Amino acid sequence: MEIDPLIFRLSIFILSIFVGYYVVWSVTPSLHTPLMSVTNAISSVIIVGAIIAGLSGNSDSIFNTSSIFGFLAIALAAVNIFGGFLVTQRMLAMYKKKKKDK
Amino acid sequence: MISANLSAIFYLISGVLFILALRGLSSPETSRQGNFFGILGMLIAVTVTFLTTGSFSTGFVFVIVFILVGGSIGAFIAYKIPMTAMPELVAGFHSLVGLAAVFVAISAFLNPIAFNLGTPGNIKLGSLIEMSIGAAVGAVTFSGSVIAFLKLQGIMSGSPIIFKGQHPLNAIILVSIIILIYFLCSTQSSNLFWVLLAVSFLIGFLLIIPIGGADMPVVISMLNSYSGWAAAGIGFTLENTALIITGALVGSSGAILSYIMCKGMNRSFFNVILGGFGASDEASNISNKEQRPVKSGNADDAAFLMKNASSVIIVPGYGMAVAQAQHALREMVDTLKKNDIKVSYAIHPVAGRMPGHMNVLLAEANVPYDEVYELEEINNDFANADVAFVIGANDVTNPVAKTDPQSPIYGMPVLDVEKCKSVLFVKRSLSPGYAGIDNDLFYKENTLMLFADAKKMTEDITKNL
Repeated sequence: MEIDPLIFRLSIFILSIFVGYYVVWSVTPSLHTPLMSVTNAISSVIIVGAIIAGLSGNSDSIFNTSSIFGFLAIALAAVNIFGGFLVTQRMLAMYKKKKKDK
Repeated sequence: MISANLSAIFYLISGVLFILALRGLSSPETSRQGNFFGILGMLIAVTVTFLTTGSFSTGFVFVIVFILVGGSIGAFIAYKIPMTAMPELVAGFHSLVGLAAVFVAISAFLNPIAFNLGTPGNIKLGSLIEMSIGAAVGAVTFSGSVIAFLKLQGIMSGSPIIFKGQHPLNAIILVSIIILIYFLCSTQSSNLFWVLLAVSFLIGFLLIIPIGGADMPVVISMLNSYSGWAAAGIGFTLENTALIITGALVGSSGAILSYIMCKGMNRSFFNVILGGFGASDEASNISNKEQRPVKSGNADDAAFLMKNASSVIIVPGYGMAVAQAQHALREMVDTLKKNDIKVSYAIHPVAGRMPGHMNVLLAEANVPYDEVYELEEINNDFANADVAFVIGANDVTNPVAKTDPQSPIYGMPVLDVEKCKSVLFVKRSLSPGYAGIDNDLFYKENTLMLFADAKKMTEDITKNL
């Protein structure tokens, strides 16, 4: 009997929750704000769905209701991706160690 | 055009890179590399999507245009945003993830052929269930985050909005969402799909309005979690591993942060969600205001105490950020260090308005992160320190949390500031904090109150040192 591919995806999902659980507990509390902004950025990988949606129109009509929602989603996700990664980088650049010269 | 198997492998790689991105945050040294992994993962995911669809026609140009438009807005915000406004920014970003998930779900519902999910009106059952869950959670994330954003920004009052029958109403709506999904899947009716979205937007709104301003750290973390589950739901619809992995990561990350924040306030998650905390702010403000003697001093006294100390612990709170005193504070600390006084910072988990917020604010003021300690790390040191300098914090230092079982904050982990030889408490007045209760610390024998604006007082102390 064949196993539904959904089961495989579900396995990936469940295991990822566990990976997430252990990885996030190991994040130092002082970096919790960058953690939130970077999770924000990576969850915008939803842009892959938005791109498929945006390209769903045929060559005669690029814009139909479905693809317009796709394009809007692309823009929203792009705000998040660029904004999220850049603001994370900006924050992380501020974390400096004590100067050792004392 | 690349094969479906090859693209699936690339999506898996980008999922793994996202895990590494979070892993990097375990220490500040590896964090920048982690962020790079995240960017790389995103780049791979987007490129592979282009290659898989294989269409580089006019549509492709528009995709690039929209990415550039969104991207430049995002980049502009990222560079302009002041660090004090991070909670608002994150709440705003969450709303965008939620809305993007909703839009993708709408698009997939209207044109399932493009996503290989069947035909309109005859979408595969599994896909439809996943899609509607993704859309519903996305909608809740969107409207909830918008409310959180408005509350944080001060456009909407931070005080909880409570009305009669709120909880039964919410329960009815939640049940109706499940029923709607059931009928949507059995009838494939597009009307039901729109109703589902509308109801989900409504519940997101209703869930967040009763939550008070002091609980915003929990709310932001919770919405972080929701945005992850929404992404995962869409990931199942699109059969995309990168999205499923990321959704699970973000979902559990937000859940853990909510848990940490709840623990920092000693409140159960349900207690926060049901809301209403801090509603009696005004009432308790006036009551039990018995006159107790308070010792107050000026910058000169404070400077004298600190100059003669050998170790000082700084306890910053959000009030410090409001007064924009972090740079002045760091200058004061620099002067102290020149006089060979050991200085460290003690951060309570809920010191800022979102998890880790205070650490970012101190980092921005060039405070080295290895001088900043978490509650558990530093709490035993108060007994051996000479001076505790409390600036902009209040409830998190209140010894009542340890002594008075009647107190609303009883059991909340607090910083043992009162164990210090002397306590300097910078505050504008004796008014209570978020929890609306009096702080016993004000009246302790060894406490010296410094009534002034945090920034001005810190600068004055530096002058007197």
